[in-house]
Amino acid sequence: MEKVESISVTIQKRMTPRCASPDEATSVTPTGNLIPLLHEIRHALERWLREGHSHVIDLHSLPMSPDEQRQLLDLLGEGEVSASLSALGNSEVIETAFAGVWRVTHYNDDDVLVGHFIEICQAPDILKSHPDDGRLALKQLDDLLSSVETTA
Amino acid sequence: MKKEGQTIGEVLRQRGISRRSFLKFCATTASIMALPPTMAPVIAATLEKTKRPSVIWLSFQECTGCAESLTRSHSATIEDLIFNVISLDYQHTLQACAGHFAEHIREEVIAEHDGEFILIVDGSIPLKDGGVYSTIAGMTNEQILKQTAAHAAAVVSVGTCAAYGGIPKADPNPTGAVSVADIIKDKPIINVPGCPPIPVVITGVLVQYLTFGLPELDDLGRPKAFYGHSIHDRCYRRPFYDKGLFAETFDDEGAKKGWCLYKLGCKGPTTFNACATTKWNDGTSFPIESGHPCLGCSEPDFWDAGSFYKSLSTPTGNIAEKAIYAAGAGLLAGAAIGAVHRTKKQAAVRQHRRATIDDLGEGS
Amino acid sequence: MTDVELLLWVRGPAFDIATVILCAGMVIRFMEIFMLGRKANLAEARGSEMAGGLGTVFRRTLVDTGTFKRTPFTVVAGWLFHIGLFVIIFLFVPHILVFEGATGLSWPGLPSNIVDAFAVITIVTLLAILIHRWRDPVLRLLSEFNDYLVWLVTFTPVLTGWLAFHRVGAAPAALIAVHILSVELLMVLFPFTKLSHAFTLWVARWYNGAIAGYKGVKS
Repeated sequence: MEKVESISVTIQKRMTPRCASPDEATSVTPTGNLIPLLHEIRHALERWLREGHSHVIDLHSLPMSPDEQRQLLDLLGEGEVSASLSALGNSEVIETAFAGVWRVTHYNDDDVLVGHFIEICQAPDILKSHPDDGRLALKQLDDLLSSVETTA
Repeated sequence: MKKEGQTIGEVLRQRGISRRSFLKFCATTASIMALPPTMAPVIAATLEKTKRPSVIWLSFQECTGCAESLTRSHSATIEDLIFNVISLDYQHTLQACAGHFAEHIREEVIAEHDGEFILIVDGSIPLKDGGVYSTIAGMTNEQILKQTAAHAAAVVSVGTCAAYGGIPKADPNPTGAVSVADIIKDKPIINVPGCPPIPVVITGVLVQYLTFGLPELDDLGRPKAFYGHSIHDRCYRRPFYDKGLFAETFDDEGAKKGWCLYKLGCKGPTTFNACATTKWNDGTSFPIESGHPCLGCSEPDFWDAGSFYKSLSTPTGNIAEKAIYAAGAGLLAGAAIGAVHRTKKQAAVRQHRRATIDDLGEGS
Repeated sequence: MTDVELLLWVRGPAFDIATVILCAGMVIRFMEIFMLGRKANLAEARGSEMAGGLGTVFRRTLVDTGTFKRTPFTVVAGWLFHIGLFVIIFLFVPHILVFEGATGLSWPGLPSNIVDAFAVITIVTLLAILIHRWRDPVLRLLSEFNDYLVWLVTFTPVLTGWLAFHRVGAAPAALIAVHILSVELLMVLFPFTKLSHAFTLWVARWYNGAIAGYKGVKS
């Protein structure tokens, strides 16, 4: 039986894709969602300062052209804090140039973007340590101490 | 051998899936379900405390495409996570054991989790000739379904075959195939149709059910979160439809430029699914984006809805032929009727009868 | 019956039946007209029948000033909804597909949102015509069941088509099915009501023009 590798293949003509991609179809007309989004962030930041109420915006749910998305990232910029998570793939938590406004991006194991959020809060929940995990850690630390003390 | 009632949180910790991983999973799932992102911690908190539900998956007259779709979903982590969140106790293709032992497990799950387990079904159920066209371990699909569903908390019909009958039900339906809802009338049923359904829709519906209970369903029993919009309403080629720019064949200039596929038979306007937004293969593409018109695979009887390549608004028969035959018949009939009228008129002329107002009123 | 089953029946057997009745019906009507014939005019011809006939076919399209002065509303509204119907039926791409399926002929259509605008104008105009018919005492007196039936059977396809296009009021498959059904009703009633004027008016104009032309007068 012929093996696939043994079948000779010659490339006669390389196809160049000429079809419209979704980006082409939508990037011609900007959605106009950038300014309202910035207003939403501003409103949420003011509310957080006043009431301590945090807010999350899911960028996946807002239609924006690729140009507008680039503009958003440029405008928000990057601040002092940048954290990387390793949980079911990589995630990045960055405080933007505006304190209290964070950007959280989630990737899966194949480094495909699966989530993009803007959080207006003191710090995103995913960064914080949970008391239940802390209680488990306490037990683990006790075990470690007892094993270290006995060997000392 | 009684199984402990572990919570999902406990199981996840045991499997080494951290709280943060779980929170990330809930955030991305909420995003896919188009829920407000503030729901993610709610989902996470609820699922953490929920007792890990037992799931029986019954496969009947199906091609296994739905199970394949689910296990190809996103990356291995999501599939892995789902199989940690739920306890998939019985599934033909995936389980290691077979034969009497496998059936014994099914009976055990039913006994131990009576009224609590989730029943997932894919494939239609044949009823003709006593249902002999699909049997497992000597029992017909109908018997297995009735027996198992009687003890389930809820039923999820995955795929168009289980939800509406699918391809086995297509004309001439030789096995008398019916949907789950045609047989089970006393349990809540969630239909997750599609041929196959989008993988993240399957997992999203399970998460939705576990977190919030029965989701809001449309009049075909589908969760509105995923099936609330038609493909047409979310299609990126919609601007071309509105402007009247259509591809006429699969390889003409319009097709190459990505114009609307309505003329090639696209069923987007009458099909409700998440294909245009969620897409397939980790959001890579969906049929229309790849240049093929939507088949309408999440709708009942889509196999029998006229050709895939004939637009919805066109007649299905051979109109030209009918029109010509009708005209021919009309000629003959018309000649006969005309002859009758002519004779009447000639008689009237011979008798010097005048036309009256009543004659004018005859016919229109 | 599910939406899809109704749609399939409407696109299938029902459309076949409607086509047969429309075609056979119109052919029978024409046969009746032609076989009755005209009384022979034994006077000598003063002009050309053909020229008179053909001329009138085109000339009658435009209204004469007298008629316009007497009933401007009827003239304007009539023009509006007839043009509207023409645009909707012949320049809307999904409809062009139906013609292509039946005859193999195809032609370019207008953008759908423009056809949508024409549909709205047509609906409003048809409603105005109905109201005018009710309110004008003479028209009210003259109108009978058939007149209202013909109005209804013309209005319903435009309305249901507009609803189907915007997918408002019911499931999309059901809306399209109801729309096609309303068109089939129109097709079935066509040969047996005043609607047949769409085909017979050309013959009527020709006859009028021919008779006058034979006598040597303009018509």
